[in-house]
Amino acid sequence: MKPILQVNNVVKKYGDKTALNNISLAIPQGSVFGLLGPNGAGKTSLIRIINQITFPDSGTILLDGEKLSPHHVKHIGYMPEERGLYKSMKVGEQALYLAQLKGISKDEAKKQLKYWFDKLEIGDWWNKKIQELSKGMAQKIQFVVTVLHQPKLLIFDEPFSGFDPVNANIIKDEILELKQKGSTIIFSTHRMESVEEMCDEIALIHKSNKLLDGSLVDIKKEYRSNTFDLGINAMNPNQLKDFLNAKYQIEDTFFKSLDNELKLSVKLEERSANELLNDVLPFGQVTHFSEKIPSINDIFIQTVTNN
Amino acid sequence: MGVLSLIIKREFISKVRNKSFIVMTFVSPIIFVAVAALIGYLSSMKTEVKHIGIHDESGMFVNEFKNSESYKYHDVSKIDPKILKDSVSQANYEGVLFIPEKDNLKDYEKSIEYVSEDSPSLGFIANTESKLSEKLLRKNLTNQGVDTVLLDKSKIDVTMHLTKASGEETVKGLNEMKVGVGSVFGYLIMMFIIIYGNMVMRSVIEEKTSRIIEIIISSIKPIQLMMGKIIGTTLAGILQFVIWAIVGMILLVIANLVFGLNTSTPSTEMAIESAKLVDIKLYFTEFLKLPLLSMAVYFLIYFIGGYFLYSSLYAAIGAAVDNETDTQQFMFPVIMPLMLGVYIGFFTVMNEPHGTVATIFSMIPFTSPIVMLMRIPFGVPFYEIALSIALLFATFIAIVWVASKIYRVGILMYGKKTTWKELIKWLKY
Repeated sequence: MKPILQVNNVVKKYGDKTALNNISLAIPQGSVFGLLGPNGAGKTSLIRIINQITFPDSGTILLDGEKLSPHHVKHIGYMPEERGLYKSMKVGEQALYLAQLKGISKDEAKKQLKYWFDKLEIGDWWNKKIQELSKGMAQKIQFVVTVLHQPKLLIFDEPFSGFDPVNANIIKDEILELKQKGSTIIFSTHRMESVEEMCDEIALIHKSNKLLDGSLVDIKKEYRSNTFDLGINAMNPNQLKDFLNAKYQIEDTFFKSLDNELKLSVKLEERSANELLNDVLPFGQVTHFSEKIPSINDIFIQTVTNN
Repeated sequence: MGVLSLIIKREFISKVRNKSFIVMTFVSPIIFVAVAALIGYLSSMKTEVKHIGIHDESGMFVNEFKNSESYKYHDVSKIDPKILKDSVSQANYEGVLFIPEKDNLKDYEKSIEYVSEDSPSLGFIANTESKLSEKLLRKNLTNQGVDTVLLDKSKIDVTMHLTKASGEETVKGLNEMKVGVGSVFGYLIMMFIIIYGNMVMRSVIEEKTSRIIEIIISSIKPIQLMMGKIIGTTLAGILQFVIWAIVGMILLVIANLVFGLNTSTPSTEMAIESAKLVDIKLYFTEFLKLPLLSMAVYFLIYFIGGYFLYSSLYAAIGAAVDNETDTQQFMFPVIMPLMLGVYIGFFTVMNEPHGTVATIFSMIPFTSPIVMLMRIPFGVPFYEIALSIALLFATFIAIVWVASKIYRVGILMYGKKTTWKELIKWLKY
């Protein structure tokens, strides 16, 4: 797929501290892209450069094939990690103001605002000041002002930190709906498990360097170890273990289940899953059989250790 | 331009809608008029008459002291000095003047004594001393055979008739008037810079603490936000000044009508009384002849240059800190040149409007808006004004550039206490 955003060899230094070391990324149109890495890895630096808040020391960024320039802010919606709103400004006025700063007309902004206020059922907040709203309510407004100008590219920095679970879910659903409608979404987070299920593509950043990037499925395939979790109510567990030990690499493992069965993690090497199943079936009732898919967290730790 | 006007509009509206702005705008003139009325009332009250005793052993001076509205003199030469000193402490008299008898008039130089509970006013001392000296001078002249009556007759008081080289008539006190007009302009600029510079700074801090700043600058350039903020706040300030002027005038008129108070101070009243009607007319025409239009234009130019210069510094300070209490360390270097400008204006320009000190400080951009405005009524060569304005605007552009750099970095910095060293580092980012 054609990338909507292309980051080419971006370098950013603050004094003698390097924040981004020759980062290149391609973010496919219509994807949910996870920019993952621990705190201080350089994610926010990169996002600020994409938002033209700061500028790279070298390297280029292309949006829709065009070199990033001020008129592009209209096409980007950004929810920073450090977020807030004018406390003493009314909700409606504030949303219109922020949308107009993005370059859309007041009438268009009003139309969009009405749509979102109806959708999130917050129409009667228009004349309230932010300081009169609860934190959860303010979070909804925060989301609305991010998407109000119908940007092609949405960037969320640590989107679910600070959101209560109910709002986080509402917003997750809204984001997925925006994706359905064709928006491209970038998530940046250090809590990798929180966005894993939503991402199509990811890039791992660590200590200002990109460790790996690509489609989530491909990366997981690459890092799969052909290991299966097996749960079995064996008549003679020790006999089974001895049998398996001779043929496969096994380890005791843990997963949630209702019975008190034998739980093993079995590395198949070159053998197939069916072969293992055939091998264990005579020993008892199989309750659990699934491939162990590496989590992003596992992959991250593995990559960092390998480097 | 569209974005900038949006920001200006928002800043203006948020300032004007602010409760403290509304209260300040409408309550300040009331307080001001109330204070003016109070001063008028107090100064129109009769001052208490002070009783002064004179113990004159020589009998030479006692008749020189004539009762006035504020002082009544009593001849107490016959009362024992010791008792007199006690009665001073019992406050029967404000003070007692002791004049001994001396044969040699020269001996009076150091031998006259004034005893009082409270220290006498400088005016009273000068007045009394001059009376005594005058009497001694006459006595001395008479002793040496000079006819003092003849001397008095021969005295001629000269009042110079002031005329300009161009042949126009002019009046005394013009310099004071010029200083007055210049000072008002200079002082206004200083007040405006401090009040509204602070407002700009607070508004920057507010955006930082409410964490909205990053959302804003993902849409626009920081310098647009900074300039919009400065201009919007200025407009709110100008509105406030206009309202003050109008409300103040209305209230003064009302106060005059209702209370019939004489708001002019006694001294100017006397000055006007003593001046002939022709003089008043001359004062007025002279005032009109001051380069009022060009002064207003220069006021505007210096106001814009000076205000923008300082408020971009205020904006940078606001960006560099997390909350208002941290601003102190950066405030002093900003306020100091302003204060310096005002003091130089008051003390140097008044005496020597074209002296070296006044000229230098009317060139330095940080003081020129105040000092030059005070100098302009005295007539400053155009090339000096042009140079000073050029320097002011060059510095203004440089400062806005520096401030916007600090601003750009500072607004995204949280939780770090900023030092001067840090600020300089930011300039290189």
